[in-house]
Amino acid sequence: MAVRCQFENSNEVGVFSALTNSYCLVAVGASENFYSVFEAELADHIPVVHASIAGTRIIGRLCVGNDKGLLLPNTTTDQEMQHIKNSLPDKVVVQRCEERLSALGNCIATNDYVSLVHTDLDRETEEIVADVLGTEVFRQSIAGEVLVGSYCSFTNQGGLLHPMTSIEDQDELSSLLQIPLVAGTVNRGSEVVGSGLMVNDWAAFCGMDTTSTELQVIETIFKLKDAQPSNLVAKIKGALIDNLS
Amino acid sequence: MDSMDLDSSGVPPRRTLPTILCCLCGVPITANPSNMCINCIRGQVDITENIPKTSTIYYCKGCARYLQPPKHWVAAELESKELLALCIKRLKGLNKVKLVDAGFRWTEPHSRRIQVRLLVQKEVFNNTILQQEFFVEFIVEYQQCDMCKRDAADIDEWQAVVQVRQKVVHKRTFLFLEQLIIKHGAHEDTVGIKAHPDGLDFYFLHRSHAMRFVSFLNHVVPIRTKQADHLVSHDTNSNTYRYKYTFSVEILPLCKDDVACLPPKVHVLLGGIGPLVLITKVSTSLSLIDPFTLQTAELAAPVYWKYPFQALMSFKQGTEFAVLDVEKSRERKGKWCLADVTVARSIDYGKNDSQHYISTHLGNFLNPGDLALGYDLGNAVFNESLLAGHKRLQLPDFLLFKKTYSKKNRSKRRMWRLKRLNMELDDAVVETAYRKSNLDPIARMAAEQEEFLQDLEQDQDLRTNINIYRDPTKFKPIPSQMDVDQGNPVPAATQNRQVVAEDGDEDDEDYPEVPIEELLEGLNIEDGPDDFSAPSRAQPSS
Repeated sequence: MAVRCQFENSNEVGVFSALTNSYCLVAVGASENFYSVFEAELADHIPVVHASIAGTRIIGRLCVGNDKGLLLPNTTTDQEMQHIKNSLPDKVVVQRCEERLSALGNCIATNDYVSLVHTDLDRETEEIVADVLGTEVFRQSIAGEVLVGSYCSFTNQGGLLHPMTSIEDQDELSSLLQIPLVAGTVNRGSEVVGSGLMVNDWAAFCGMDTTSTELQVIETIFKLKDAQPSNLVAKIKGALIDNLS
Repeated sequence: MDSMDLDSSGVPPRRTLPTILCCLCGVPITANPSNMCINCIRGQVDITENIPKTSTIYYCKGCARYLQPPKHWVAAELESKELLALCIKRLKGLNKVKLVDAGFRWTEPHSRRIQVRLLVQKEVFNNTILQQEFFVEFIVEYQQCDMCKRDAADIDEWQAVVQVRQKVVHKRTFLFLEQLIIKHGAHEDTVGIKAHPDGLDFYFLHRSHAMRFVSFLNHVVPIRTKQADHLVSHDTNSNTYRYKYTFSVEILPLCKDDVACLPPKVHVLLGGIGPLVLITKVSTSLSLIDPFTLQTAELAAPVYWKYPFQALMSFKQGTEFAVLDVEKSRERKGKWCLADVTVARSIDYGKNDSQHYISTHLGNFLNPGDLALGYDLGNAVFNESLLAGHKRLQLPDFLLFKKTYSKKNRSKRRMWRLKRLNMELDDAVVETAYRKSNLDPIARMAAEQEEFLQDLEQDQDLRTNINIYRDPTKFKPIPSQMDVDQGNPVPAATQNRQVVAEDGDEDDEDYPEVPIEELLEGLNIEDGPDDFSAPSRAQPSS
């Protein structure tokens, strides 16, 4: 299911929240409207946590995470980090990283298996990404934009890229990620896909301006049509049984 | 390494833009910066919304010209470049877009509609340029242009009149003033000009025009003005009043070359000059010279009106003298040079041997054998009041005021002309002219005009402020010597001289002429209001 929402009149919902398959971080806003949208969709399955990073609300752009881990910028205070650690499931590794490009959410795009990172990112950070998130790391740019986190959004199911990404680049990325990719927009033609869209394997949240056409594209490529956590489990069960038998 | 570099830079990576769905209608499109299909962009934004789709242009039926605001009138054909430029200039908001193309759509000429097709471009979203074609309809409204309005207005419609008067016997000041008015275009607002015995009346449709004219006069001649209003009608219910305004402008009654005796007060005020002085120049103030000491002074108009005085004699009363001998002294001031000259009256010449030894300021201009104009003060009779207040005032017998030349008809040799104002002669002018002399007023005016023209020829300073045009009838086209090609083509000036020499009688070599360089081209005889024709006599109204 893809849901439209708004953070204090801003359509860039990906700026104010971070979503993975095992947790969801939501910025503290003036009202709880934004939080309650996430709570209604996700609270039954994963923890939905109020958080701030370095005292700001733009947590979606500052941190990056997946099923296994969460990377925070070095500007995060100890208290904030402790709060996040306490709220997340135990299996999630929370790590602060000393990186000059501190908006990790803009510089890194990831799912549970592969991460794309900014071409100028530190080698050390690259290693940390590989260790904490448990993914393969590729330095990439998308449609000539180095901020891969801002201009693409992908899960284990599929991905949405900057609308000007050439077919060749799409093929290359698709072979790296091993998932279907499509070029598209959110928020009525906005190309900053990463900040306009929050998505995990069974739920997506996008800005209020997103048109039904865009929503359609999102639901199709992220395979959200009948995606429910329970269905996923059934699928995995099936695969397991196949494997075991 | 090198080959690799070449490879990576030499072959541009193939980039095929993906197909995405239009974010509004879902139609598959090639990705573009706005991420919308053309139709949706058109639907979202109208780049022509700030441009009015109808507008008005004004057309003067009388002269077939269009108004170019604020006040220019431009002649333009239908569907012409000029009209297109005019229409496009009328449109506000075109500066926000880029105009690519413009043209007309044909409309019936009598429909009074002009349709202009415009093709404009504008950047709508980042990097998306939209091009759009649209039509603007111009409604042609009729409006009379100022010139036609003035032509159409009867002189009786005037609301304000400026009565310019100078109480002197000659028309010299007015002829000069006429040229100044023409040069500065000060007469453009007048609905009519009437000549009166002592001056001119200028009629205007609006009081403000009259005031502007008075202010112009104030800048060129020494004047004093009085204003009077005459209530024509009023409507107490709507509180409107209609007046006729009369500005009475009196030009100071002194002219160049007049001799005057300064009143004692002015004499003291100007540093003891004179009191017998010659007037050398009249602009906004009077320039005076004491011909015996070369002392000069400026008399401002307000001072004059405080202590007014009259001329003792004016240039019409001048006597012609023949200069027999000149002894220049060392005393000089500007162009003036004090000299002792021996003169004899031209009328005495050959009759008696009376010679006069007199002092003059014209030393630089006079040579033995020349003619000069002077005042015969010894034989003149003055009104006592003109000399009042001075003790022991000794008037000289003779006073020279300018160099002159033998009387001849020089109009044939003259290669230049002046523009004239088109003025009506008042009936009074005609009557007084008959009473004063037996001359026909037209002939009298022509004589005065000729005198003025000679003044212009002899005085370079006088010419500087007015426009002099070359006379097209005197400048005959150069004979086709160029075709024959005889080597050096004769300069135009020399040729003209030859042309003149044919019909002129003998040359007087020292007579000053207006140099050809000073003459202006482009005078059109069919100019209408400013034509050369002698002033037309007013039609008797009853």
